[in-house]
This record gives sequence, structure tokens and C-alpha cells, in this order.
Amino acid sequence: MTHTDKELVVSALENGTVLDHIPAENVFKAIEILDLANEKNRITIGINLSSKISGKKGIIKIEDRFFRDEELNKLVLIAPNATVNIIRDFKVVEKKKLVMPREIEGIARCMNPKCITNHQPVKTRFTTIDNGNEISLLCHYCEKITDIKGLY
Amino acid sequence: MKKSLISIRDFSKEEILHVLETAKEFERNRVQKILEGKVIACIFFEPSTRTRLSFETAVNRLGAKVIGFSDATNTSVSKGETLKDTIKMVSNYVDMIIMRHPLEGSSRYASEVASVPVVNAGDGANQHPSQTLLDLYTIMQTQGRLDNLTINMVGDLKYGRTTHSLLQAMSHFSPRFIFTAPDELRMPSEYKDFLKEKGIGYTETTALDEHLNDCDILYMTRVQQERFTDPMEYEKVKDVYRLEASMLSGVKPNMKILHPLPRVNEIDQDVDETPYAYYFKQAENGLYVRMAIIAYLLGYR
Repeated sequence: MTHTDKELVVSALENGTVLDHIPAENVFKAIEILDLANEKNRITIGINLSSKISGKKGIIKIEDRFFRDEELNKLVLIAPNATVNIIRDFKVVEKKKLVMPREIEGIARCMNPKCITNHQPVKTRFTTIDNGNEISLLCHYCEKITDIKGLY
Repeated sequence: MKKSLISIRDFSKEEILHVLETAKEFERNRVQKILEGKVIACIFFEPSTRTRLSFETAVNRLGAKVIGFSDATNTSVSKGETLKDTIKMVSNYVDMIIMRHPLEGSSRYASEVASVPVVNAGDGANQHPSQTLLDLYTIMQTQGRLDNLTINMVGDLKYGRTTHSLLQAMSHFSPRFIFTAPDELRMPSEYKDFLKEKGIGYTETTALDEHLNDCDILYMTRVQQERFTDPMEYEKVKDVYRLEASMLSGVKPNMKILHPLPRVNEIDQDVDETPYAYYFKQAENGLYVRMAIIAYLLGYR
């Protein structure tokens, strides 16, 4: 290996999780959804890296941290094509795609200004509707559909 | 398990038919004190006459007592109490909560917080399931059946919750729909997609006189000023349709005109005298249907 020290810190992860192919503009949202602002372990974030598939991408590497599938699947709304690499002892031991959860709770806001969730301390709850490329959300409370553009 | 009625989608086809049968029994005999000793809360955070009075009458005719309020300004809500706290408190006192609230989804939320059944008496522009059930009851009463009917919905099909819920409920009974609305107030595509998925046919028109003669039910609605966020949009469409007796010369003999009321200008008074007008009887039916809903949810029918 001929990496410099600088590169080593950035690229090599002994144990942990690498989230790749996040749309560059949604990296901060991903950090928020996974609550990484309070993470104690070392995190490396890359934004506007070039990607063969989608032009500019983002990447997040978290050392010594492994997530439950339910936690990761929350990202599907903002990063439908993201891949998850589980690293152990410098090797990718598992690679997975995100799966659309049938219901999502506590993330995303309802677009309807008259919805109870926008006026009272009520946790939002949606059923996901996948119509081909677009994902939209059916509010459990007001029964209105929120499209992906109104999510945050 | 407690059962609430929040959206018409909460009831299966069998449950809908059961409630309609029960309502028939209450129409034959409207004083049946089967709920003696029960207390039911009618809490209305938004003004209403017909719905509140018919629910309260239904409770009284079933022999239960009513508590509640018809205006939230005299309650702790005006001190900033959350809906959750109000519902928690009220559900400690009563056997059932009947509620109207201007915010959409508020009844669903209340049903999750309450320990007793909740009946949605209207949550903003969202759902008003007792209205839908009384519409179905009236359609069945006038046509002798629910299956294979042609329903012409007229007026505000964009914001009108009664037409949306009626469409969902009628989808169990292979109907055909005609949607008569100005371009600004057309039936939203999510409902048309729903019909396509179910293989139910519909026609759209902007002209009121186009489909008067080939429908079994003419379902008129008011353009509701309170649902518009843009006053200009309201001004453009407020008096777009006006049904007069002279327009009814060629209609089917079994045709009946329904309207959730209150009406403003969309049905001329001269229609009241025709054999097709049925909206006042429809409003009366609300009593029997609401008695049936309460009795069913509390496990007495």
C-alpha cells in the first residue's frame, strides 16, 4: 500500500459503515435523519465527489458503528439509490441496498397546512406509495398525499 | 377492542350494510332506550347545527345523556390545552366521544389517545363519515338498492369532502359516476385514479344540463367559501350552477336530488315542490343513521 497518511484517514475504515451514492445535496439531511450530529465515533463525510452513475455524489463513513436496517431504510426517501457497505477488518463483508419501508414515523412533515401534525405535538406517520420513480407519502392523519419535494 | 369511526374507509362493505339495516330499524321505531345510563360527549370545536343537533338527538333517543360543548372558546382549549389533554380528560368521564374539529386528522389522533370509541363528526375538509352513511341510506331508500346506480355529483368536487367520501363508499356497489364541476373545482386525480384501479367508469362535464336525464341520483353540493384559501378563486365559481324545476322535465322517474345542506343558491326553492327533491328527508335520515352508528360502535346492535 502506498497511501499517504492523509489519504489513509479518509479512505480506509477498519470497522464500520460506509454509506455511498447519497445525492450530494442530501448529505446533511442524511446526517440529520441518522442523528449523526451526536455521534461520538469518527465520521468522514464527502460531498460533491464524482460518481459514474449520478454526476455528483456524497459519501458518509462512520467508524465502529453499525445500524439496524430500519434506521438505514429511513434514508430511502432522500437517497433511494444509496448503498450500504459494512466493513470489518478493512474488508467489505456485506453490501446492501435500501428498502422502502411500508410506514415511516417521526420523519418528514405533512404538506397539508391544516393537518393536525402541523399544529399540535403529534408525531407524523405516513404510508409510503411508490409509483415507479416517485415516492409519495399518504398521511395517516389527514389522508392527504405529500410528494417527495415537500418532505423537509 | 374499542371501535371508532373516523373515515368511511374504516368500515367494510358488510359493516356499512349492517349500519344501514340498523338505521332502518330505528326509523321504524325511533325511541329505543338501549343506552340508558351511558354518557356520551359531543365536543364541537367548530360551529355546526345539523350534525351536532342530530347527534345529540340520536344520543337522547337512545336513552343516554349528552355532555359537551359547541364552542371551544369557553373551555380550557382557549388557555392553550392540547387536543391530547382534552381528549384524555374527557375520555375518563364518558362512554363515547363524538367530535368535530377544524384540523384535518384531528379525529384519527383523538381516537389513538382516547380510551373510548370516537366518532368523527367532521375534521376540516377531510372526512365526515356519518354524512356518507346517511347519503348511502338515502340512496338505498329512494332506489331500493345500492348496486349499479348512476350518480351525478355536482358543484365543488375539489374541496367537497362529502363527494370524496361518497365516492369511496359507493365503490363497493359497482356505480357509474358523472362529475359536473367547473374546471377550477374538478374531481382530484387521486380519486379518479382510485376509480380506474377499481374499474369504475366516470364521465366529466362542466355543463349542469348535460347529464340530468341519465342519472339516478343527482348529488348537489355547495361551493364552500370556508374551504378556499384564495378569495379570487371563490368569487369566480361561487354561483356557477343553479338547478331550477324547469330543467327537470326529462329526468328519469326514479331520479332523486340529494344535497348535504345547507344550500345557498345552487337549488332554487321551486325545486322543493317537485317529486325529485329529497334533501330534507335526507337530513332527517341523519338521525336514524347516527343512532345506528352509536349503537353499533358501543356493541348494542
